[in-house]
Amino acid sequence: MIDFGRAARLWWAPQRVREEGEQPDYRFSLANERTFLAWIRTALALVGGGFAVDQFLPDLRWGVRVGMALALLGVGAACALRAVNHWLRCEAAMRRGEDLPVSRFPVLLGVGVGLVSAAMVVVVLFGWTDGGP
Amino acid sequence: MSPVRPSPAAERDAGLQPERTRLAWRRTTLACSVAAVLGVRQVLRGAGVVWEAAGAALIVLVWLAFLAVAHRRMQELAAARPPGLAPRAASGVVACTVALAVFAAAVVL
Repeated sequence: MIDFGRAARLWWAPQRVREEGEQPDYRFSLANERTFLAWIRTALALVGGGFAVDQFLPDLRWGVRVGMALALLGVGAACALRAVNHWLRCEAAMRRGEDLPVSRFPVLLGVGVGLVSAAMVVVVLFGWTDGGP
Repeated sequence: MSPVRPSPAAERDAGLQPERTRLAWRRTTLACSVAAVLGVRQVLRGAGVVWEAAGAALIVLVWLAFLAVAHRRMQELAAARPPGLAPRAASGVVACTVALAVFAAAVVL
């Protein structure tokens, strides 16, 4: 199960991950690193999406546009922070020979992105814009 | 799970793990470049010359920091059996990503 205390300690002293357990096969570490990078790319894409909403949908009402952009940027930042947390926990679990940690984050991210997309469709369809009908 | 060590005879890594990881870093720097270009485009939309220059410089700095971390890691990955990712490098790229997001939020508002 998730040991929050241990994860939080790792957060503030990440080099401590190297003190426990045995060095896993380097290929497992590299696979963990690639997963981390895939999450970072997801975060960067969300941040880019936040910029894009603000730049490419200038006809939206100010509140709608800024709300969407901030939602995407917030999810992007959360995604990046969670990526390093999950990478550390996976690394620690591999060193100790435990099961890899499970997480609800992918589900939350999926639902969040789905909600933002649905909101965009509604906004565009119903012309919720400054110069709209 | 005991660590699996490849036998000395099987030195060749059939999965090309270091190379795949190097390419993952390259893809990530490309994603960061796209986000940075969008960020600069955002800043250059009329807030006065001083603000525009300062904002663009900040984004370029974050982008260069990201590239520096990635470049160092890609050099490490050139070894046949590369060392693990340093936690500081991981925190570094995350800090760059979060900085871009925070900066974007400030500009959007």
